[in-house]
Amino acid sequence: VAAAESISQEPVLQGIIMAACVFSLFIVACGPQLTNSPTVIVMVGLPARGKTYISKKLTRYLNWIGVPTKVFNVGEYRREAVKHYSSYDFFRPDNEEGMNVRKQCALAALRDVKLYLSEEGGQIAVFDATNTTRERRGMVLNFAKENGFKVFFIESVCNDPSVVATNVMEVKLSSPDYRDCNSTDAMEDFMKRINCYQASYQPLDPDNYDRDVSLIKVIDVGRRFLVNRVQDHIQSRIVYYLMNIHVQPRTIYLCRHGESEFNLKGKIGGDSGLSNRGKKFAIALNKFVEEQNLKDLKIWTSQLKRTIQTAEALKLPYEQWKALNEIDAGVCEEMTYEEIKEKHPEEFALRDQDKYYYRYPSGESYQDLVQRLEPVIMELERQENVLVICHQAVMRCLLAYFLDKSAAEMPYLKCPLHTVLKLTPVAYGCRVESICLNVEAVNTHRDQTEVSCALL
Amino acid sequence: MSGHTALVPEQNNNNSNQENKTSNMRVSEKKCSWASYMTNSPTLIVMIGLPARGKTYMAKKLTRYLNWIGVPTKVFNLGVYRREAVQSYKSYDFFRHDNKEAMKIRKQCALVALEDVKAYVTEECGQIAVFDATNTTRERRDLILNFAKENAYKVFFVESVCDDPEVIAANILEVKASSPDYPERNREYVMDDFLKRIECYKVTYQPLDPDNYDQDLSFIKVINVGQRFLVNRVRDYIQSKIVYYLMNIHVQPRTIYLCRHGESDFNLAGKIGGDSGLSPRGKQFAQALKKFIAEQEIVDLKVWTSQLKRTIQTAEFLGVPYEQWKILNELDAGVCEEMTYEEIETQYPDEFALRDQEKYLYRYPGGESYQDLVQRLEAVIMELERQGSVLVISHQAVMRCLLAYFLDKSADELPYLKCPLHTIFKLTPVAYGCKVETITLNVEAVNTHRDKPSNNLPKSQTPVRMRRNSFTPLASSDTIKRTRNYSVGSRPLNPLGSLLFPEARDGADQ
Repeated sequence: VAAAESISQEPVLQGIIMAACVFSLFIVACGPQLTNSPTVIVMVGLPARGKTYISKKLTRYLNWIGVPTKVFNVGEYRREAVKHYSSYDFFRPDNEEGMNVRKQCALAALRDVKLYLSEEGGQIAVFDATNTTRERRGMVLNFAKENGFKVFFIESVCNDPSVVATNVMEVKLSSPDYRDCNSTDAMEDFMKRINCYQASYQPLDPDNYDRDVSLIKVIDVGRRFLVNRVQDHIQSRIVYYLMNIHVQPRTIYLCRHGESEFNLKGKIGGDSGLSNRGKKFAIALNKFVEEQNLKDLKIWTSQLKRTIQTAEALKLPYEQWKALNEIDAGVCEEMTYEEIKEKHPEEFALRDQDKYYYRYPSGESYQDLVQRLEPVIMELERQENVLVICHQAVMRCLLAYFLDKSAAEMPYLKCPLHTVLKLTPVAYGCRVESICLNVEAVNTHRDQTEVSCALL
Repeated sequence: MSGHTALVPEQNNNNSNQENKTSNMRVSEKKCSWASYMTNSPTLIVMIGLPARGKTYMAKKLTRYLNWIGVPTKVFNLGVYRREAVQSYKSYDFFRHDNKEAMKIRKQCALVALEDVKAYVTEECGQIAVFDATNTTRERRDLILNFAKENAYKVFFVESVCDDPEVIAANILEVKASSPDYPERNREYVMDDFLKRIECYKVTYQPLDPDNYDQDLSFIKVINVGQRFLVNRVRDYIQSKIVYYLMNIHVQPRTIYLCRHGESDFNLAGKIGGDSGLSPRGKQFAQALKKFIAEQEIVDLKVWTSQLKRTIQTAEFLGVPYEQWKILNELDAGVCEEMTYEEIETQYPDEFALRDQEKYLYRYPGGESYQDLVQRLEAVIMELERQGSVLVISHQAVMRCLLAYFLDKSADELPYLKCPLHTIFKLTPVAYGCKVETITLNVEAVNTHRDKPSNNLPKSQTPVRMRRNSFTPLASSDTIKRTRNYSVGSRPLNPLGSLLFPEARDGADQ
């Protein structure tokens, strides 16, 4: 009722809007529903083919764009069931007991998938296992059918021995399975483990056996793709994402513009230029970039003065993205937090209650920002070395993507002025180094406040 | 919107220098779209496939899309060149692979077409050329690859493979029967001759071989009208976009309806932008729209609106589920929001004049340009391609952009397309394009259209500066509290949620 009163005085409109409130609960407000029925993504491939890498990265991306996704790694279930891994013998196809345990683990994982998708609000479950036999995949397909889930297969095929060896060294040697082993022994054992799967491996066959199944085959780390029967929007997005990621080593640098005149005054938004300290930072940034000695560094800024001025000091070509502009604070643009609290007290309170979803009147929310930044993320995935000079809220969104932070954490990530975050992909995630360039600046961070129970 | 600058900043930090630098940055700003900027070397897209496999359909559609996102693209159809060279087509015998004389002519045509491609890229600033021919032999493709190598063009192949006889027959009837090759012939003859023509090509057809011969080429194989795709060695941004686009289009029959919201209170007052509600005539329109939709009897119609009141209110009258897209919101007029054109002319005469000079590229201070709008609407277009039948209730500038995509209108024409209130555009895909019907729902409304002024605009001394988004959006005095669009986000839907919790957010979704 309170909502209706503040909306409009006109009763008819009130009625419409109230009806719409109820009605719109069936509608996703920010675009079309990405997916209707829940989907099980089934990974397929021999060990050390990047299945877990793809699973985790894809899951991180899907969660970031707002599609609740979770990975179910059968290997983890197996480590729960069999506390101590002895050797590759466990994986021999003639090891009946081993086979039994492994099947039970798969079933346990599927039970959890069902819980996640039916009762815990999940939309996508990634079933991360080898799934190399038709029998196993048949079982998963039946499971999905019984529960009304869609299925999308992602198969990773790679026969390049150097790629396989690199994968083993990067992620397998440090696995809990090999904690008591030295590298040589671990490598040898793992190779024998792969062999155990090879004999019974039945790759997906889109020409015949699997022609009606939705799948993507990723061949030789993305050199080639085979895509069959994409059913809906989310599968199409997944395919596009997989086709844009790569595994070349590279570094991503994120930082904010130098301190601006408005920062000094405590005002948010706007389009002011750099303060004197901000200009100092730009020069320090120039020095820092030179020291990093990178080949082919791309530099991206927003289209607001303060990032452009910062980039100018680098004496390198840079590209301006409108999509990197700071969050639009609508009616609160160019006000200080004190002024906002005074002039729009209810807005101020609302924002602290739910900072991710809160949208400034005629402005944006963090959620809107994520949608606007998605093409930037997609392009960052395609690129190699990039320095992104942006703004506080924007940097929080980008950082949340790389560091897999949730919607609740995102608006409170610490992104201080005059600090560069250096991100390097490593194993299944991102290593992050924070480099403060030793130029003083104001602190623009507001921590999460105690949620007041006096709601409107 | 993009621009890199080669200026070396002075060490001198005084203000006026900064201002000069800023205005210099504006001058050096490229006028092209982001997509165009990201497309580095010219690219030659080479179609491959037997006749009646949809090559020209894909070539034209892809070209329309690329031009719309701002990447200059042109199709070079070999059939057109052949028809130039051989004035009258007699029969399929021309295409027999043992017809030496014909083979010579056909090769000559290919060479002429490639020369035209070169001219397009070097003299007309084209970025992408689509070479639309069968290109079914390795010999022909090697010829093209050499040509590209000599000119430093990238090459991306699009092969269409289809063995479904029904699809092929349907294609022949839809587009070949009306081809200039078959002017007054009966259907059966056309079908017969064309099928024999296809047979001529089959003899020498060497499909792309990703495992061996063609493993280093960049290409996509489209199998059975998009059922399956094989993608090999995508090398850059534009190839990635092309693949994504081809994977999202389909050929199922469907209809797209485009219309604006009903007349709004601001429309009546002559004000642009803002977030006003429907006027009484606007509500009448919404009622009429409901009736119209019911009469159309469409199965599974999706309805999309923006997140501004006037489109949402219009959709509400329909009584069906609808989806709100923030990116369908009207073009942001920045500092000019909620003003009438007279007010703008008085308060911002320079801006007013600038806009009339170059309406597509002109960006309102603190607002957007049509070019920005196109970039924002790309996601809508992609989703429209994926969907079946859709009704999009949007706004004047937004509708112009969408219409320009479907009707292949250039950036010059786009801002002047006529999209009156209370009129529906019904688009049906047909042959290589779109059939468009305009249906006026006979509810009066104001006219919001401004034609391109014909008077000689004073040419400024310096070239038109494309203003960057460098002004703060001014908050309009919010005397009437606007309904805020609460972002529901992707939380699990809880249908009874807000009824159970009376402290539901202020201004929960309309």
